Amino acid sequence: MTVKVIIPTPLRPYTANKDAVELEARTVAEALSNLTAQHQDLRKHLYADDGRLRSFVNVYVNDEDIRFLEKDQTPVGDSDVISIVPSIAGGCPLRCICS
Amino acid sequence: MALKLAPEHFEAIRTHGARDYPNECCGMLLGRAEGAKKIAVEIVALNNLRHDPKRAQEVLPLDEPGLESERNRFLIDPLDQLKAEKDARARGLGVLGYYHSHPDHPARPSIYDREHAWPWYSYVIVNVQAGKPGEMTSWVLSEDRSRFDPEEMESSGR
Ligand SMILES: [Zn+2]
Repeated sequence: MTVKVIIPTPLRPYTANKDAVELEARTVAEALSNLTAQHQDLRKHLYADDGRLRSFVNVYVNDEDIRFLEKDQTPVGDSDVISIVPSIAGGCPLRCICS
Repeated sequence: MALKLAPEHFEAIRTHGARDYPNECCGMLLGRAEGAKKIAVEIVALNNLRHDPKRAQEVLPLDEPGLESERNRFLIDPLDQLKAEKDARARGLGVLGYYHSHPDHPARPSIYDREHAWPWYSYVIVNVQAGKPGEMTSWVLSEDRSRFDPEEMESSGR
């Protein structure tokens, strides 16, 4: 099964500047492990030290969040698109230490 | 890199900050990277998912929900982000970065901002003081994630 993985801009330096990578996989876990085998520097940005996907990284299969499917065991098939979506979050200092 | 915005882009970010006060607003900067410049073409206002605490907590849990809320935290719905980015790509545009407001706080990144930042993106912050938009700044995460470096903002003028 050939799937396409979309790489967000901040991670492209670790995929030789490719914005998408096509590879063979039957599950999301396989796709990401093949991806990080080809591009090893990507690993530390996607996985925490315990080997689980980082909480700041969202993974979508087409328009579905894998958290609400079968997580990284979500099956993928031909022409499925896996998107790596970096969490965008922020805020103000909680306890005001300004001025 | 420097970030180049048109006067209407500055205005759109300020207006959004004032509209959502006293809550934090957020949105996306779309455009093209050309040489050492990021040139904004469009500003996309997005919903702050912290308006919906239950769903936001599923996407990215807060450490101190008693202290943290839509007034001092923002989170972009990854599905909104995915759709906006796909739509942008179809028009030949890329994501240059994101903006958010600091209601009643200076336009300086917080530690929380830095901990959640990604390299390369511009992080634009607008201060909104008592409902009125104030200073606007832009920041880029350093390579080793240890700090935010200020990024020069230019107005493309008319
Ligand atoms: Zn902030």
